[in-house]
Amino acid sequence: MSILVIAEHDNTTIKSATLNTVTAASQLGGDVHVLVAGSGCADAGAAAAKIAGVSKVLVSDAPEYAQDVAENIAPLIVKLASGYSHILAPATTYGKNILPRASALLDVQQISEISAIESADTFVRPIYAGNALATVQSSDAIKLITVRGTAFEAAAEEGGSAAVEAVEATGDAGLSTFLGQELTKSERPELTSAGVVISGGRGMQNGENFAMLERVADKLGAAVGASRAAVDAGYVPNDYQVGQTGKVVAPDLYIAVGISGAIQHLAGMKDSKVIVAINKDQEAPIFQVADYGLVADLFDAIPELEKELG
Amino acid sequence: MKVLVPIKRVIDANVQVRVKSDQTGVELTNVKMAMNPFCEIAVEQAVRLKEAGIASEVIVVSAGPAQAQETLRTGLAMGADRGIHIQSDEDLQPLAIAKLLKAVVAKEDPGLVILGKQAIDGDNNQTGQMLSALLGWSQGAFISAMEKDGDLLKITREVDGGLQKVSVKLPSVLTVDLRLNEPRYASLPNIMKAKKKPIDATSPADLGVEVAPRVKTLKVTEPPARAAGVIVGSVAELVDKLKNEAKVI
Repeated sequence: MSILVIAEHDNTTIKSATLNTVTAASQLGGDVHVLVAGSGCADAGAAAAKIAGVSKVLVSDAPEYAQDVAENIAPLIVKLASGYSHILAPATTYGKNILPRASALLDVQQISEISAIESADTFVRPIYAGNALATVQSSDAIKLITVRGTAFEAAAEEGGSAAVEAVEATGDAGLSTFLGQELTKSERPELTSAGVVISGGRGMQNGENFAMLERVADKLGAAVGASRAAVDAGYVPNDYQVGQTGKVVAPDLYIAVGISGAIQHLAGMKDSKVIVAINKDQEAPIFQVADYGLVADLFDAIPELEKELG
Repeated sequence: MKVLVPIKRVIDANVQVRVKSDQTGVELTNVKMAMNPFCEIAVEQAVRLKEAGIASEVIVVSAGPAQAQETLRTGLAMGADRGIHIQSDEDLQPLAIAKLLKAVVAKEDPGLVILGKQAIDGDNNQTGQMLSALLGWSQGAFISAMEKDGDLLKITREVDGGLQKVSVKLPSVLTVDLRLNEPRYASLPNIMKAKKKPIDATSPADLGVEVAPRVKTLKVTEPPARAAGVIVGSVAELVDKLKNEAKVI
């Protein structure tokens, strides 16, 4: 049994969600191979070869893989599929874009965003925004699966010495052209892998007030997130969104500030180890999942918190 | 250009979902149902394309039991021109739905298919990408903006790191994210008008599509509950608890 992990990377380094996906692959038992499809991606291939538990890295280096164009990458996965019992990708926007396309081409019913592995064909996945957990069994010959990163530990980035093999590219489908991207630049940790996350909601009132959270974040080495309401109101960019349709986080400490706690938001953070809620409305549903609740005006509490943290 | 909008009937987003005690699924009896919120955004976008003179006709399609017609009526009340109901009581999974939609596309020949990026029941996020694959069309997933440019569409995709701009060739399959638009409420006159709009009935057998599920649900359970927390009296107490009790800072 061999398992193929589709790596998310930036051609130079491997994105952290890939490491969690490798752990899920290792739990299945069998050889774990990693596919690095990119352009000028030799460094990412070398980095993948060092991941603990990986026995082979397949590198397909071609201009058509420069961006995450699903129409180009899915045929490559299809070409490689026959050698594998399972094909796994991180349940990030990268994996969610590409893997269903490959699944349909392989006539496989993909299993999305698994949070646990019961056996080689049986998996647990959250449904209804995490309000229920479904245990599902696949009857497809090859299993295509996306993996919820927060449910699996990250594999060690060092310690492996996998063989690297070049794979011929499958060509440009000519359907999509990448025009550009606006990526949010931040010196802070990545939201999905940070040990501490502090998020703001509609209670923040505007984007400028997020600076208060950023100052606290910098004292805690935290990432800054937001509720859908804060993103919809334009306070912060879309990539801050924590929730059912945004990012799923499970840090050691999650601090929700001015967030009421809609089901859709709870879906993205309720597996955090310790949850703190700061809200002036003591009836806010966020308090039902909080380990520590503080009923207070955030405009008093956050500056005080910053001071208390020294 | 015809625009096809596949839509799904789901438990209303504001309803607290309950797992059935026999662990076979979630309680659907006497529960308020509604159009999946992402599907509403897809219908809205298609109707706006018609209002802008880009779409010639907006067709909503839904696969599922008889009640799926209610969801189609909602789409018609929002401004779609006609509906197609693929009648089935089977557990329709994304790959099967994509195959059904491919068969509908072959009959209707739309220039664009717009779907919600995911349904809030199964949270699969697959159908649009699968349909695009089966058709061999371009794919624009999780879009928050779109603009027609001749035979191309310029789209903005919401990705984990921010926003990505892509140009896709028509025909295309797009899946929509939350911030593409704000769906309208259907007005009473439009709800009345929608009752007279046609809904064609078809079935997986008529469309020649095998829809038997590939993935079997063995059980559905409640997620583990969190232990009750405490309300602290001050910021100082909070910091003390985080340092000395939870030991997370």
